[in-house]
Amino acid sequence: MSRLAVPKTYKLFIGGAFPRSESGRTYEVVKADGGFLANAAKASRKDARDAIVAARGAVGGWAGATAYNRGQVLYRIAELLEGRRAQFIAEIEDAEGATRAQAAAQVDEAIDRWVWYAGWADKFAQVAGNANPVAGPYFNISVPEPTGVVAIIAPQDSSLVGLVSAVAPALVAGNAVVVVASERFPLSAISLAEVLATSDVPKGVVNVLTGSPAEIAPWLASHADVNAIDLVGAGDLDWIDLEIAAADTLKRVLRPEQGPDAAAPTLDRIAAFTETKTVWHTKSLR
Amino acid sequence: MSGTSLVTARERALAVLGGEPDDATLRRYLHGIAGVDAVGLEQRAAALGTRSIKTTSKKWALDRIISLVDLTTLEGADTPGKVRSLVAKAMVPDPADATTPRVAAVCVYGDMVPYAVDALGALHGDPDDGRIAVAAVATAFPSGRSSLEIKLADTAEAVANGADEIDMVIDRGAFLAGRYGLVFDQIAAVKEACRRPDGTSASLKVILETGELVTYDNVRRASWLSILAGGDFIKTSTGKVQPAATLPVTLLMLEVVRDWHLMTGQRIGVKPAGGIRASKDAIKYLVTVAETVGEEWLQPHLFRFGASSLLNDVLLQRQKMTTGHYSGPDYVTID
Repeated sequence: MSRLAVPKTYKLFIGGAFPRSESGRTYEVVKADGGFLANAAKASRKDARDAIVAARGAVGGWAGATAYNRGQVLYRIAELLEGRRAQFIAEIEDAEGATRAQAAAQVDEAIDRWVWYAGWADKFAQVAGNANPVAGPYFNISVPEPTGVVAIIAPQDSSLVGLVSAVAPALVAGNAVVVVASERFPLSAISLAEVLATSDVPKGVVNVLTGSPAEIAPWLASHADVNAIDLVGAGDLDWIDLEIAAADTLKRVLRPEQGPDAAAPTLDRIAAFTETKTVWHTKSLR
Repeated sequence: MSGTSLVTARERALAVLGGEPDDATLRRYLHGIAGVDAVGLEQRAAALGTRSIKTTSKKWALDRIISLVDLTTLEGADTPGKVRSLVAKAMVPDPADATTPRVAAVCVYGDMVPYAVDALGALHGDPDDGRIAVAAVATAFPSGRSSLEIKLADTAEAVANGADEIDMVIDRGAFLAGRYGLVFDQIAAVKEACRRPDGTSASLKVILETGELVTYDNVRRASWLSILAGGDFIKTSTGKVQPAATLPVTLLMLEVVRDWHLMTGQRIGVKPAGGIRASKDAIKYLVTVAETVGEEWLQPHLFRFGASSLLNDVLLQRQKMTTGHYSGPDYVTID
């Protein structure tokens, strides 16, 4: 007996919940061959605003967690990704028209990068921080502190590995993230959100928007409560205007990257979303 | 801003009740009021909340909300310094935008009234004239559990210190026990204590604490009772009990105010307080007021929001409308 297909509607991920777009809009996600794949929510500027409110609420707890704890939580996500490997592979096959082997390679790469970043959580401060020599009986210590709320335009030509490469480094240092997924390949982003929702990541730490980056990015760039914006996937947008808008509120900006090496894992990506705090402390109290 | 005189209030009550305001008469009257259609009420409130208020209407609404706010601090940890910074914010809500209106009043505990009056200086006065009033909670706020003497002394002290408005709590225990006469007498006595030596009187807001009255029927009865006893305003909540102000409860109280106005011609104010934190919610209240009692009520002597964090959200929305981009909590005060 033939069975009626049950297509999944992919929703947004804001503050740990999966709401539809406030605007009620959706758009069709198509397969590589042009066939219908799924409906995804088309986020509006108000969804972006809600996501930022959720992220702002989550920064304190996430940044305040110990680095060791953050590492454990991030590693746990890699475990869950591994458990859903088959689902991600099937999604990438459908969406990108990739072969099974290519899709599997992308998922493996994404998981490996996630594990790599998770490992840095409790080691990054040792590398990026410093005990500065000063001319007096003081400890003078510099430590990287999270920037706060980071908006990310994810790489547009990749389902999973681009998204992971952009989101994971921002999380490592203790930032909360609002990420606009790839417009053409948004499904893996929402599946990743489902992984995050069932992991130990506090709600609001990662918020995923799907829809048109061209529409949402200007609101993120000009939003006064966003501390940094990663334009890695904004190469096809008017990213210079975005950079100008971001400068109005003194945001940190990472510029677009193109090609297969976009957002390759580096310590610089972690450092990009940190601020250096330097403290003085007396060496002895006699 | 002076409230209605006690004598006329009492006469009016006697005329409406057709007898002395004792437990039996009040019970007969209040229980004779038709019950509330809870489903209909909630549906009506929900429908009023779906109005889309945009652009120029929204700008008007935001400014109106600010001018209707009773900026409130009611914490055990209140200090004179905190009251002064509250007053500073009441006078200049957004230092970056001089077109921002002032709030209607600051609402503090009775012992903080002198600091508020002092900090307001020449701006202390009637919100209908663009000045800022000082409201004080009294009568053993928030529980209302003390003797009448203490409640009256509490009220008289706040008035003597310069409070223009008294927010009293009713004795919910007595109300729920059916001792309506006692509640009536207490409101009437507090009203008397609001009188100043020069014959004028502080305006009296009667807090029903709807979260403790449990049913809509009780809210409707308590609203009638408070108005009969001489309250100039009826206020939903202390803000210390959940649920505090909700749209259906406020709608219900507005309907009582509307009916009273039709019956006697007197205009009673309404103040939802507690739990209204977002501009969007506050705009729903404006719509409800305009649709229930009329736009005429949207002025400081007939409608107030009891709020603290609401003001910041309204300022953020205002900044969004002025600058074209979203603002953030870094651009308003922490309070």
